[in-house]
Amino acid sequence: MAGRVITFREAINEAIRLEMRRDPTVILMGEDVAGGARLPHVEGRGEEAWGGVLGVTKGLAKEFGRSRVLDTPISESAFIGAAVGAAATGLRPIAELMFVDFFGVCMDQIFNQGAKLRYMFGGKAKVPMVIRTMIGAGFRAAGQHSGCYYSVFTHMPGLKTVVPSTPYDAKGLLISAIRDDDPVIFFEHKLLYDMEGEVPEGEYTIPLGQADIKREGRDVTVVAIGRMVHIALEAAERLAAGDGISLEVVDPRTLSPLDEETIINSVKKTHHLVVVDEDNPRCSLAADIVALVATRAIEYLDGPPQMVTAPHTPVPFSPALEDLYVPSPEKVIQAVNRALGR
Amino acid sequence: MVAEIPRDKLLWIYERMRLIRAFEDKVAELFAHGLLPGFVHLYAGEEAIAVGVCAHLTDRDYITSTHRGHGHCIAKGVDINAMMAELFGKATGVCKGKGGSMHIADLSKGMLGANGIVGGGGPLACGPALTAKVMGSDSVTVCFFGDGAAEQGTIHEAMNLAAIWKLPVIFVCENNLYAESTPWFYHCAAKDIASRGSAYNIPGVLVDGTDVFAVYEAAGEAIARARRGEGPTLIEARAFRYYGHFQGDPLTYRTKEEEEEYRQRDPIEQFRRRVLERNLLTAAELDAIDAWARETVEAAVRFAQESPYPTPEELLTDVYVKYP
Repeated sequence: MAGRVITFREAINEAIRLEMRRDPTVILMGEDVAGGARLPHVEGRGEEAWGGVLGVTKGLAKEFGRSRVLDTPISESAFIGAAVGAAATGLRPIAELMFVDFFGVCMDQIFNQGAKLRYMFGGKAKVPMVIRTMIGAGFRAAGQHSGCYYSVFTHMPGLKTVVPSTPYDAKGLLISAIRDDDPVIFFEHKLLYDMEGEVPEGEYTIPLGQADIKREGRDVTVVAIGRMVHIALEAAERLAAGDGISLEVVDPRTLSPLDEETIINSVKKTHHLVVVDEDNPRCSLAADIVALVATRAIEYLDGPPQMVTAPHTPVPFSPALEDLYVPSPEKVIQAVNRALGR
Repeated sequence: MVAEIPRDKLLWIYERMRLIRAFEDKVAELFAHGLLPGFVHLYAGEEAIAVGVCAHLTDRDYITSTHRGHGHCIAKGVDINAMMAELFGKATGVCKGKGGSMHIADLSKGMLGANGIVGGGGPLACGPALTAKVMGSDSVTVCFFGDGAAEQGTIHEAMNLAAIWKLPVIFVCENNLYAESTPWFYHCAAKDIASRGSAYNIPGVLVDGTDVFAVYEAAGEAIARARRGEGPTLIEARAFRYYGHFQGDPLTYRTKEEEEEYRQRDPIEQFRRRVLERNLLTAAELDAIDAWARETVEAAVRFAQESPYPTPEELLTDVYVKYP
C-alpha cells in the first residue's frame, strides 16, 4: 500500500503542528510566521497574512493562536535571544531565522549565549530550542539570501545542526529537534520545499546523529548534504546506466552530531570517497569529512578523496553564474572518476 | 519612603550592600596578590542599584546581568561560598569553575548569568519574561545593563520587543559614567538614557543610583507595573564604580575630585546615616552586620581555597545534555 505523499514544506508544518499539540511549552516565533499581526481584517478575524515568507508555517496561528505563534519585529537579536532565555526558563521555542545569511545580525545570541550557556553554567542550564532557517542557492536571490553556512554552526560546540534532504527525514528530524534538550539549528533548503515524498501521518522521530544510506553501492562512497543528496543520486543513476559504476550515497542528515561510523564503514566497503557539499569549501563539512576519513580510515582508500563544493565565492545573481556555483551531477561524475583514477 | 520599608527589609538591604562591598574589596585584594585567574570587574560603589531592585524580587523572578555581575548575584541571593569558589575556578564553584567571574550564574536563584558580551543580556531578558507570559505566571525579569550597553542595538531591540509584547521586563541601566574609559556624555547622543523610554512608549525614570531608597521606590513601581501585565519600564540609575573598569585599570580617565565627590555619597554610608537619623535601626545592629559580612567573605575565601580544582574529565562535560 502506497503511503501518503506530501511536500517537504508540509512535512515541516506537520512536525511543528504535532509538537505544538503535544506540548504546550512549544511556541513558534519569527518574522511573518503568521503575518498581519493586530490587523483587524487579519488577526482580528483569526486569519494570518502569510504563514511564513514561503508559507511553511501556514495555519499554525489559526490553530494555536497568536500567543503561541508570535510575529516578531525584524529584530533577530532580540527574538533569537528571547528564545534562548525562554528555553532556559521552561519553554521549547522554535525561532525562525528567515534566511541563514541573516545570522550576521544575531550571531552573538546564538553562539555566545544559546550555545554556551550550559557549559558556562556548569551544566546547570539547558537550552531546548530550535532555530529553523532557510539555506541554499537556486532562487536567483544573490549574495545575501542564498548561502548554506551550516559549517559555521557545526563548528560551534553546544549547537546541533540538522540538514534534511527529504520530506520524510524533515518531519522525523524536526520532531526530534523540538524534543531535544539542546539548541538545534535546522537548515531547510528552499529548493526542497515543493519536493514530494511519502510521509506517515502520525508522530515519529529520527534520532539526531544517525546517517541514512540513500542508495547502496559498491564502488564509491558519496557523502552528500541536504539538497546535494539529490544531485548525488542523479549522478549515481547516470553512472549506473552508463559505465556501470555503483555509488553508495550517504546522507549524514545531522552534521553535529555526525554519524562517523556510517561514513567510515561505507568507505571501508567502497575504498573511495567523494563529498558533495553546497557550502563554501574552506573549513567546510566536505573538508571535515575528508579529514575524518583520512585520519580514521586512510588505509582503506584506493584513490584520492574528492570534494565537490561551491567555489570560494559569495553566491552570484546571474542565472548563468549561479548555475555554475552549485555542484551539479556532472561535477560529481567527474569527481567520481578522479577518485577512481579514471 | 524610608519609614515605609519594613524593618526586616531594611536589615536585608544593609546586609546585602555590606556583603557586596566586603566581597568586592576582598576580590580586589585577592586579585592584587595574584590569587585569582582571569580578570574581574568590581561592583563596589553601585550596591544600591542591585540591592534596591532585587529587594522586590523572589527566586521565581529572573535577572540578567553584565560583566560586572557579582553585586547582582549577591543581591539575588546566590551562595557566597559557591561564588568565591567560582572566581577561583574551583569544582565547588556555582558553575563548577567553568564560567568564572564573567559568566557567574545560578538559575535556581533566577540569576540568568553575568555576561561577557556588553548588551548580551537584553535579548535574553525577554526570554524568561516571555515564558512567564506564555505560562501565565506573574514572574518578572530585570535586565541590568551599563551605560556602555545602552549604545548596543541589542538593548534597543529588546526594549522594543518587550514593549510591543508587553513583556514583564524592567530594564535597569546602571550608568556608572564610563564605558570602560569612555565618558557617557561622549558615547551617548541623548541628554540622558532614561528618556529613551519614550522611543519605545514605556516609562523612563532617572534615579540617583547611590540612594538605595530612590532605587527601591522606582524599581517597586516598575516591577508592580510589570506584574500587572502593563509591560516594561526603563530605569537609569547613576552611580560610580570605585574600582576601574577591570582590576588593573590605571584609571587615567577620571579625577580624584570626581571620585571624592562620589565617595561623599557612598551608598552604604548614606543608608546608615538615614536609618540612624530616623532611629529605624541601631548602630550596634549595623556594626554587627559589618562584622558578619567580613567574616562571611573570609569564610568564603577559605572555602574556595580549600576546594579542589575540577578534574580533567570536566573539560568535556556539560557541552550538551545528550550527544549524540
